[in-house]
Order: sequence, then structure tokens, then C-alpha cells
Amino acid sequence: MLLSVDNLSVSRGGISLFEGLNFTVSTGEIVLINGGNGVGKTSLLRSIAGLQPIDKGKIAINTDNFIFAGDANGIKTALTVLENLRFWSAIFGGKNLHEALEKFQLRQLKNRFAGKLSAGQKRRLSLARLLLTDRPVWLLDEPTVSLDKRSMKQFSRILKNHLEAGGAAVVATHIDLGLTLSSLSINLEDYQMKNGNINASAKAFL
Amino acid sequence: MSLWEYANPVKFLNLSDKVLPFFAGFSIIGLAVGLFWGFFFTPDDYRQGSTVKIIYLHVPSALMAINAWFMMLVASVIWLVRRHHVSALAAKAAAPVGVTMTMVALVTGALWGQPMWGTWWAWDPRLTSFLILFLFYLGYIALWSSIDNPDTAADLTSMLCIVGSVFAILSRYAVNFWNQGLHQGASLSLDKEKNVADVFYQPLLFSIFGFVFLFLTLVLIGTRTEIRLRRAEALRLKKDRE
Amino acid sequence: MIALLQRDLILAVRAGGGFGLGMAFFLIVVILVPLGIGPDLEILSKVSVGILWVGALLACVLSLDRIFSLDYDDGTLELLLTSPIPLEAVVTVKSFSHWITTGLPLVVISPILGLLLGLQVSDLKWVFISLLLGTPALSVIGAFGAALTVGIRRGGLLLSLLVLPLYVPTLIFGANVASKGLADISNNSALLILTAVTLAAFSILPFASALVLRINLR
Repeated sequence: MLLSVDNLSVSRGGISLFEGLNFTVSTGEIVLINGGNGVGKTSLLRSIAGLQPIDKGKIAINTDNFIFAGDANGIKTALTVLENLRFWSAIFGGKNLHEALEKFQLRQLKNRFAGKLSAGQKRRLSLARLLLTDRPVWLLDEPTVSLDKRSMKQFSRILKNHLEAGGAAVVATHIDLGLTLSSLSINLEDYQMKNGNINASAKAFL
Repeated sequence: MSLWEYANPVKFLNLSDKVLPFFAGFSIIGLAVGLFWGFFFTPDDYRQGSTVKIIYLHVPSALMAINAWFMMLVASVIWLVRRHHVSALAAKAAAPVGVTMTMVALVTGALWGQPMWGTWWAWDPRLTSFLILFLFYLGYIALWSSIDNPDTAADLTSMLCIVGSVFAILSRYAVNFWNQGLHQGASLSLDKEKNVADVFYQPLLFSIFGFVFLFLTLVLIGTRTEIRLRRAEALRLKKDRE
Repeated sequence: MIALLQRDLILAVRAGGGFGLGMAFFLIVVILVPLGIGPDLEILSKVSVGILWVGALLACVLSLDRIFSLDYDDGTLELLLTSPIPLEAVVTVKSFSHWITTGLPLVVISPILGLLLGLQVSDLKWVFISLLLGTPALSVIGAFGAALTVGIRRGGLLLSLLVLPLYVPTLIFGANVASKGLADISNNSALLILTAVTLAAFSILPFASALVLRINLR
């Protein structure tokens, strides 16, 4: 098992977003997180990545096992596409970045400054980072934002390859990625408290 | 039943409600006795004349200016280690009191320095250190007021207080290195020989006692206000969700 | 980590604001002060150490917010936090690259500016040495302030208010090294303390800065 989430509660801005969330992810599995705006998809992913403290419950994940891709691209506009990737490749211990360029169709763009890319191309560059490491668990927050249909299909294929190669993923998305592999879909709205709740920090004052 | 139980904000409100009148009373008694005795019933100093009497404001305020920062340091550590909200809010409430005490010490010092040294201000190590302490207080207060999330603000200001304390001590040492000054030695010391004369000493103790309880009273009131603000915010959040 | 240093240096060159701006500011301070004080080189040489140190300090403060805010805004910092490199090392490397792009140029031009302020050629080495030993501490102390204010919009003024009091010991010992050297008094103890301050700041403060960054990123 690569990731297990046990009875998890997370809050943002003093309000509990969801409570009692349980799921596990093993090799080859993907968990899709859905729900409307503000239910806590991003907060859940950030909590798993260790960026955000949790209120209750337990998250078991090896910190060397995951790679996180948030809503921000983390791209330096003053560097070229290749330089951006080379940097992240060095940080994550250097897998072959030409495969990443190829798969995300960035080869022609590799000497272009990232600031000159379109939003979709920037997104592809940002996602290409995932292929620079062997880390099995991908934590993806709305990965397909601003991708066109073709790029989206392509990304689905890359994701599928990753899962078949023994990887795993937790993806927050509204969009049907068309994956036929074993996937669990969680709607966070089901875990919202019926009449809401304020978090522990605020509760201390009542 | 441990002392930490009172770290619960609501319990703290109840307890502080009971002790606050006593603290305020002690403060009034201490200040009244100390200042009246000091101002009207002590002789003039044979060298300094009646200007010496400002000592009853100067020494206690300077003492509390330093102690307030020390209290903030302890409270910050407690917040970071044990996450008691009262602790963080007490540190927040102590800062304006501390900065006021620093200002009082600087102003009374200038008023005393003018007739004694012939100048309102000198770049003496102690005076300079107090000016630097004043800057530390300003930074701390400014940081509190510029962060929205109260827990984040408490964490960051606590870190600033701890790192700032190290640098404040280093600055004190550096300033000594930089200039040996004209300020007199410590007014209070366990070494009896070095103390100010007994006639001045006894009312000074009353005044210090008064200042300590004045500080405690003001910090308690400030902490209670901060707790109530957070309580109001929590109640509003709760109401929104219903 | 070398990759991070390399990237920061390339960005400083390409995006501008790295090497040039701090130096230009330093130069302006050193030109403006004599205009305020008067042209007497004897007076100027007496206050020269103070002008050079305070000028370097202010030039340093001006560029502090660049240490983390750019990486914070575009999400890089968040990704670095989840990367295999410890955040403490990230802070250390970024402080060091700030020193190379801001502190080091100031150190290099300080002898020339010292001449403008009426210092003897034989005395210039003390200004150079004191700044060389002291400016790294300014960068790493400044990184702590930059970490504290990274999430605050328009936090520049607040950053100076937080950082400048923390600069007091470095300023005092640094200026002391130079002025004692100029007066031909033994400055060994000041030299030793200044070095100790810089080394201690580099070995301890990145831990505090990393903790503060984690708080700001959650």
C-alpha cells in the first residue's frame, strides 16, 4: 500500500471542510476526488503532501514516494523549457528529461522561454515534471486545466502508462479522464458535515 | 488538575475575572504608596537634587520594559510547544504594554538626563539598547497586525520573538563593545553596597510592586479582549454554518 | 543544490535587478551623503566607515524580498518543499545566492567608494575585509525576515522594520573592525566576533527560516 488515509478531517479558514474520510491507494490504483468548488479538494491534496496541517485522523505516506503538482505551475518564465526541466530533474535526482519532452510534445519548444508559452503549453511543461522522477504516487490538483482535447487525451495515456508501470495517483478533477483502470471515485461532498462545523482552533474559544 | 487547565480560553476568562480586581488593587496601592512616599517624603539627593525623584518612574518602567519582552518570549515558546491559545494572545497583549513601558523609560530618562548630564540624549549603551528594544517591539507589533490568519500570525510572531531575543541579547553585548557609557550602574542589585541609598530604596520597591501589578492588570485586560475577539469570530463562523 | 544556485544566478542576470541595482543604490548613497555633509574630505573620511556600512546594509535590505517572493508566487517554493532537498538547504543556498548577487558586488566596489570618501589606499583593505566577512550575515539574517513576510502583499516596508534591528550586531562589529583597522588599533577581537556572527547565522538561522516558510506555505 502506497498511501492510506484514515478518518481524516481537514479545515480551511477556521471551518472544517470534510470529516471521516477513509481511503487507500495501492500500486496501479487511482483515486479521483470530485466535488464542487470549496469542498476541499486542494486542501486534501496539500494535506497528503504534508503542506497543510490536519485536524484529525491519519495520513500514512512515505515522503520519498510522492510528487505533488498543485494549481500553480512552478515555472520560471525567464528560463527556457529545457532549463526549467533540467532544474527539476536535478532537484529530483535526474531521470532522462528527453522522454518527458517527447511525451508531452515539448521537443519543438525546448529552447523557447517559458514566458512565451501559451497557458496550455505551460501546463504541459509543468506536468512533464512528473516524468523526471521514479516517485510512484502522483498527487495532482486539476491537472488538465487549460489543456486542449488532444493534450488531455495524451495526458490520460501518460497517466495510464504510469499506473500500468506500478504507479498510483490521487487526482482532483471535474473532468472524466476516460480511465478504465481500477479507479475509486470519491465525492468530498459526501463527507461534509450536514450542518457544518468550525475547526478545533476556533472551537477552543466557545 | 494542572495549571494548564487554565490555558483553556473560557476557563481563563472566568479565572481572570476573579483575580483582575485584586491585581488592579495591588497596582493602585503600590503606585500610590511608592509615588507619594517617593515624591513628597524623601529628601533631595545631595548631588542630584530633586531630579532624583524621577527614579520612581524611570527604574520600574525600564524593568517592566525588559520583563514584558521576557514574558512574551516565554509565552511564545509555550504557544509553539503546547499550542495554548491563551499563551499566544497574552504575548500579543503584552507587546503594546511593553512598548509603552519602553517609551516611558526613554522619556523619563531624557528628562532626568537633561539636568544631570546636560543633554537630552546620549548614545550611551543602555540608552541605545533601549532604543533597539523599542524597534524590536515595533516590528513584533507590526507583524501581528499584518497577518490575517490568527494561528499563522501567532506562529510567525513567536518565531520572530525567539530569534529577536537572541539578537537583542547580542545587540546588548555589541552596544557595550561599541561604547562604554556614562549611565550609572544598576540601581538595584543584591550586592547591598552598590544599591541606591535606603531612603530612596524603600519607596522604590513599592513603586516597582505597583508597576508589576499594573503590567499584569493591563496584560490580563488585553488578553481578555483578544480572547473575546476570537470568541466573537468563532461564534460568527458557527452561526454562518447553521 | 548546485542546480538551485545556478538557477538563481541565471534568473538574477536574466530577470534583472540582481547584480546591478544594489550596486547602483550603494553608489547613490555614497554620492548623496557628501552632498549633505559637505565636501571636506577630512570629515568625510571620519564618517566613511559608517556611510559604507549603512549604505551596504540598506542596499542589501532593498533586494531581500526577491529571495523567496518570486518562488512563492509561481508555486516553486511549494514544489521545493515536497522535493528531496531539505528546505533548510534551500534557504541556505538561496541566502548564499542573494549574497553573490547583492553582497559580493557591494564588497567589490567598496574600495572605490572608499576613495570617494577620502580614505587612504592603505586603509581600503579594512573596509573590504569587514564587508567581505559581514555581508554574508546580512543575507542570511535578511532571508529570515523575507521568510516571515513572504505571504504578505506589499510587505517591503514591514520587512525592513523586521530586519534592520536584527542587523545591529553585524553592523556594530563590522564597522568596528574597519574603524579600528583604520586607526591602527588591534581589531582582532572584533574580527573574530564578526566572523563568529556570520558563521553562527549561517549555521543556525536557516532552520528558523525553513520553519517559518513551512508555516507560511500551509
